[in-house]
Amino acid sequence: MKAPPFDYHRPASLRDALLLLKQPDARILAGGQSLVPMLNFRLLAPQHLVDLSQIDQLQTCVITSEKIRIGAMKSQRELENSAELARVAPIFPEAIRQIGHRQTRNRGTIGGSLCHLDPSAELPTLALLHDAIFEIASTEGVRHASAQDFILGAMNPALEEGEILTHVEMPVWRPGHGFAFLEHARRAGDFALASAGILVAVDSDGRIARLAICIGGLGDRPIRLAAAESELIGAMPGKDMFDRAAAHIAALPAEGSIHASAAYKRRIAETLLKRALETACARAAHMVSVA
Amino acid sequence: MARQIGLSVERLEDPTLLRGGAKYLDDLSLPGQLHVAFLRSSHAHARILRLDVSQARALAGVHAIITMEDLEAYLGTVRMPLSASPTKAVAPITPYILSGREVAFVGEAIAMVLAQTRHIAEDAVDLIEIDYEPLPVIMSAKEAIADGAPKVRMEAANNVLNRMHVAYGDVNEAFSGAAYVFREDILQHRGCGHPMETRGVIAEPRMDGSLNVWSSTQMPHDIQTNIVEILGIDDNALRIITPEVGGGFGPKYCAYPEELSIPAAARMLGRTLKWVEDRREHCLTAVQERDQFWSLEIAVEADGRIRGIRGELIHDQGAYALKAVNLPYNSATAVPGPYMVPAFEMKVAIAFTNRVPASSVRGAGYPQAAFAMERLMDLVAKELGLDRAEIRRRNLIPPEKMPYTKPLKARSGAPVTYDSGDYIASQEQVLAAAGWNDFRARQAEALKQGRYIGIGLAHAVKGTGRGPFESGTVRVNPSGQVSIFTGAAAMGQGIRTTLAQICAEQLGLTADKISVVCGDTGLAPLGLGGFASRQLVTAGSTVLLASREVAKKAKKLASHMLEAAEEDLELVDGKVKVKGSDVGVTLGELARVLKGAPGYAFPPGLDPALESDVKWQTEALAYSNTSHVAEVEVDVDLASVKITRYIALQDVGVRVNPMIVEGQIRGGIAHGIGNALFEQMIYDETGQPLTTTFADYLLPTATEVPNFETIYRETPSPLNPLGAKGVGEVGTIPVTAAIISAIEDALAPFEIRIAQTPLLPETLFNLIEDSRARGLPHA
Amino acid sequence: MMKQISINVNGVTHTRSVEPRVSLGDFLRHEIGLTGTHFGCEHGVCGACTILVNGVSMRSCLMFAVQADGCKVETVEGLSHAGAPLHPLQQAFRDQHALQCGFCTPGMLMTLIELLSETNNPTEEEVRDAISGNICRCTGYQPIVEAAMQAAKAMREEKV
Repeated sequence: MKAPPFDYHRPASLRDALLLLKQPDARILAGGQSLVPMLNFRLLAPQHLVDLSQIDQLQTCVITSEKIRIGAMKSQRELENSAELARVAPIFPEAIRQIGHRQTRNRGTIGGSLCHLDPSAELPTLALLHDAIFEIASTEGVRHASAQDFILGAMNPALEEGEILTHVEMPVWRPGHGFAFLEHARRAGDFALASAGILVAVDSDGRIARLAICIGGLGDRPIRLAAAESELIGAMPGKDMFDRAAAHIAALPAEGSIHASAAYKRRIAETLLKRALETACARAAHMVSVA
Repeated sequence: MARQIGLSVERLEDPTLLRGGAKYLDDLSLPGQLHVAFLRSSHAHARILRLDVSQARALAGVHAIITMEDLEAYLGTVRMPLSASPTKAVAPITPYILSGREVAFVGEAIAMVLAQTRHIAEDAVDLIEIDYEPLPVIMSAKEAIADGAPKVRMEAANNVLNRMHVAYGDVNEAFSGAAYVFREDILQHRGCGHPMETRGVIAEPRMDGSLNVWSSTQMPHDIQTNIVEILGIDDNALRIITPEVGGGFGPKYCAYPEELSIPAAARMLGRTLKWVEDRREHCLTAVQERDQFWSLEIAVEADGRIRGIRGELIHDQGAYALKAVNLPYNSATAVPGPYMVPAFEMKVAIAFTNRVPASSVRGAGYPQAAFAMERLMDLVAKELGLDRAEIRRRNLIPPEKMPYTKPLKARSGAPVTYDSGDYIASQEQVLAAAGWNDFRARQAEALKQGRYIGIGLAHAVKGTGRGPFESGTVRVNPSGQVSIFTGAAAMGQGIRTTLAQICAEQLGLTADKISVVCGDTGLAPLGLGGFASRQLVTAGSTVLLASREVAKKAKKLASHMLEAAEEDLELVDGKVKVKGSDVGVTLGELARVLKGAPGYAFPPGLDPALESDVKWQTEALAYSNTSHVAEVEVDVDLASVKITRYIALQDVGVRVNPMIVEGQIRGGIAHGIGNALFEQMIYDETGQPLTTTFADYLLPTATEVPNFETIYRETPSPLNPLGAKGVGEVGTIPVTAAIISAIEDALAPFEIRIAQTPLLPETLFNLIEDSRARGLPHA
Repeated sequence: MMKQISINVNGVTHTRSVEPRVSLGDFLRHEIGLTGTHFGCEHGVCGACTILVNGVSMRSCLMFAVQADGCKVETVEGLSHAGAPLHPLQQAFRDQHALQCGFCTPGMLMTLIELLSETNNPTEEEVRDAISGNICRCTGYQPIVEAAMQAAKAMREEKV
């Protein structure tokens, strides 16, 4: 199980990387935690691999109380352990801890996961939940895409040939927001059969003031429950509200796998959604009462 | 004689392993070696219409490509011998060394590429052009044996390898006179063995015509026999060496086509060849324990006592048989287990299917038997409204009936006689440890909080120490160092340490003074190898007896040299000493005398060498017994199971090294957890395996396996001089039964009946949904 | 096609020309002969090939040697030398019977070395989580967890 031959490039600048990517059949090598197994299985045979690990620009990370801006080559584990990130967006460490295992998080990158786009992966779900903006460079310049527009399906990012995802930027929710990221897998660290990410803010009466729900793992990509989000504004957290949110799962596209049928995945998603909402609302309420 | 047996001495194997210094097969690199990769069938059943290796052959770095035709011309045959068999196969049931005309499972080897590096060999495999004509695929053993089913292999007369009938007692009377008869259909599948080290072979032909073969195997002597038969090489010119083996668990119990094709090609070309199976190949080609369809009936008295059991078993053998088929026989004959079953009948059909051959995985058919029997016990308990422990109490063989002979025959033809053990006391002890009687209250309390917890109980017996013999030579060298040479196979279980302990106790040494050579046909030409939880019993007894002989000889010689009576001598710290004095002579000095010197005579009555060669024989099996209790919590909304407590009692006779025994039991239970909840080799309807990675085929990891509480009873077996019983597979056997019973108990409000393993979450989800559709659980 | 690389392995710098497609694990095993790092799957799931690169644990089957050019790599061979005492974690593995066939052991050790460098007082749950990406078929994991706890204790007491 050895990789097919390829030529290897490790540019020191984004510009060099973009030029190298113009070679025929060139592919980006980020952390390699998804790409290298595919090479070892010979599911892919690119002629050129362009390793982005030495480009400082892609390692930058800016975290303020307004926004998070993360370089695509930041390792998952660095974010998992970032105290700043945990302070402004605590859902990040909670979700990232559930990605694979420590060895793959050490090596796996934010950008790599966001471009590989496994439907169960945590980071695309988080990006969608957080209304992330993807910053994409090419030799022509820089463009931006919303998470909705970028995430087109499994292993299908909205990247044109020769483009590199350089950063992802997300607005930060106000302090005191509730959050939860739950997933269920056959074993700890496996790709989730389904996952649910929640961000929630409650008003002084304890009612839902703002809500974001994203479900991962069901279909070919994570999906925001926009209808549920707007329907539940003003609702009081509680079993009734959780059930109303979960009722929206039935309409989502779902695909079965060898580990779970579509029906089973939906049941998992409903359950996780209810439990995640309960946790997130409790955390939000707790924050309010502390404030 | 300082005690060594019974001590948890540090393993001799560990320091090298811990420092990364051990040499497994892929760690060996021989000068001039070429690397091998195989072209394997991508179809489950097809005729090969065209094979063109010209492009692949032309690739830089490729040395040769060998096909079935090449091998056939060189060997005169391309059919594998039937392994582990006293006789040759009479029907075309074994696989081909390479297949060139028809392939019958995905992964079957078609051509081998020999190249400078493994990378290039794999590049070349991708360049081989092959055209297939797909043929009908049979994936179900049930369908395979139906009338008019298409054939799994065109050359075979039909899809039935064999039918067996196992019976005793008056089954008809047992059922016609029964108070109750209950019926159960069960589907069982255990998946792959998956040692962490895959298989691998190196063959080194030498200028003098000899051949050295290294293989990561449990069966070096079987491979020796096969290679001699196929290559026609002198026995003395062939040596099979097992390097450090990174786990066996059954898949390395067979001699495989690669263990012949690689030595054959090496000899043909005069080149050293190396092949290391990758994990995908292991999923495709290493033996598995696959589907068994069971239909069972049990006849009981009004009080639940068993009158008889009868049923049918259809066993999926895959496309070929690598060795004499024993799995379904084990499964069928092990059903009565620790219970008194006066009448018994099983009809077994062994079916070919278009899948990789089946053979033993840790437990070798016994876990399925235990699961079947324990499911019946639970069923009877439920139907009669009895506690699950009570129904077992009424049917377990009581201690006063030991030794207990079942009217069944083992493969050796010897009667199945349980030598020792107290099954009822075992049950009482494990139930007490588990707090079985208090559980109902805990369960009710949990249910009030909406939590579904359950407890399960399962028993098993395992015939261990399969004969007919194992070899062992114990030799004291003039340096004082002691060597043991044995046909036993080390595969990670610590057999070297265990054998060294047994020897050390006899020679007044500690285990670390003894080196043990395993699995090398050049140094121990006779032997059977590692399987059936046999090596402690067989090799252990051999080493015990040989060591005693050596001790006796040492005393006899020392008695001459020290002018003391043998009875006044003792072996202490590497010396034979006169009791109560400092006068003595070292074992090394004694060995030096018996090594001989030109022209010097030996003392009267002594023959050369301070050594003994023993081949202890046995036909009977020493029966270990085990009683496990599992506690689980089921999340009914996620259809997920968490094992919250696991208590395992076993009686494995005398434990030579309790630490190693504990390791075997814990590892065995973890394997059973995989079988109960995780491991399944899944195929699509065209015969394509879908679980060929560790991301898809799920082995239990540290987050799924709980801590285990273990209890040992120690009833020595009267069948061997150690009083030992085997332990390697014992931990695994009752696990699925205990866990499934616990899950069923947890889900009692859903009135769910579980009759399959593994119990995958999808299946559990569907069972729960069905119950909910029936209005369960009642509010 | 060949690339010249320099990798510091256990304190010794090795300079070699390699094909880019050679994994770091294959480089360690077959280029410089450190065969203690094992391949159990070569697709990044079993963890047997875990090593430390610049101090953090990684799977050496999911990394090409060229990517480690200029890096500091630590493998099981660097933990203790024959003749010298075992590393406290290795000793704990021996004491607790945390290895049988030994094939997964180097990966387990290197993963736990990283964990113990982050915390010298891990909970059992943290240990289980840390090794959840390392498959062992022999031990049932419990003794490995016990060994990690023993080593943590030994390393705490050593520092005091």
